Amino acid sequence: MTITLFDFLALSGVLFAIGMAGVFLNRKNLILLLMCIELMLLAANSNFIAFSRYLNDPAGQVFVFFILTVAAAEAAIGLAILVVLFRNRHSINVEELDSMKG
Amino acid sequence: MVQAVIFIVLAAILIGSALGVISARNPVHSALFLVLAFVTSAGLWILLEAEFLALVLVLVYVGAVMVLFLFVVMMLDIDTTTMRQGFVRYAPLGVVVAAVVVVEIGYVVWTRKLGVTFGTPVTHAAKYSNTRALGDVIYTTYAYPFELAAVILLVGIVAAIALTLRRRPGTRSQNPAKQVRVSAKHGRIRLVKMPSGRSRGGEAP
Repeated sequence: MTITLFDFLALSGVLFAIGMAGVFLNRKNLILLLMCIELMLLAANSNFIAFSRYLNDPAGQVFVFFILTVAAAEAAIGLAILVVLFRNRHSINVEELDSMKG
Repeated sequence: MVQAVIFIVLAAILIGSALGVISARNPVHSALFLVLAFVTSAGLWILLEAEFLALVLVLVYVGAVMVLFLFVVMMLDIDTTTMRQGFVRYAPLGVVVAAVVVVEIGYVVWTRKLGVTFGTPVTHAAKYSNTRALGDVIYTTYAYPFELAAVILLVGIVAAIALTLRRRPGTRSQNPAKQVRVSAKHGRIRLVKMPSGRSRGGEAP
């Protein structure tokens, strides 16, 4: 039995779906929403690496490199916004963030 | 065969830790489960011969981003009981959406085969260096995007500091620029000429 590309794609798909379900389940806690987004990004990155391996093309790994960079910056800015939010509202409950009447 | 066993074990741990992330009661536990998911993924990436990115994932994600997450989770005083309200109510919707996503992805992947034929991946020689191969591409073909990535990191630094920096009134703090600019002549030292006093009894030293 050998591992095929489809095994990796199926694993990534399940991982992405779990992250997506997490967004629905934990829709109050902003920090858990960020973690679920990280989970989905991880699934996408795994897809890129699996394709890069089975198509024998290093460009996929370069793409993962850039995604990691952007995701690190995104996490830093997201957490900074979270800290400022908590400082002003004393809560990170998404349902209480209605000052823009959206 | 060995690789298949490793893949199945790591995949099971990955799925389990991902489920732990979304279902743990304590956000700290969620963050630690996410760390486990990242480390397990790094193992899978090594299985795919992407050694450099696997190590970068451990260093950057587990070492920096997840520590930042843990730091913020522990710094904020979060009431986890109110956060958990609605978990059961939204659970069916989340499960349905996840199932639909899995079925869609599985349908596309298994029926269409993506229109590409995938052979067995190339086995590299013992001297093959993944880091060198990646560097060869990044510094030549993708040199311009690489510099843009550096700019994105700079924007991240500036934005994070600008957002969280605050000057609280009423607190005492140092002003380094003012401290450096001070000089003895017209600064804090004032030389005063005054007659020396008479010492009481005996000679002055």
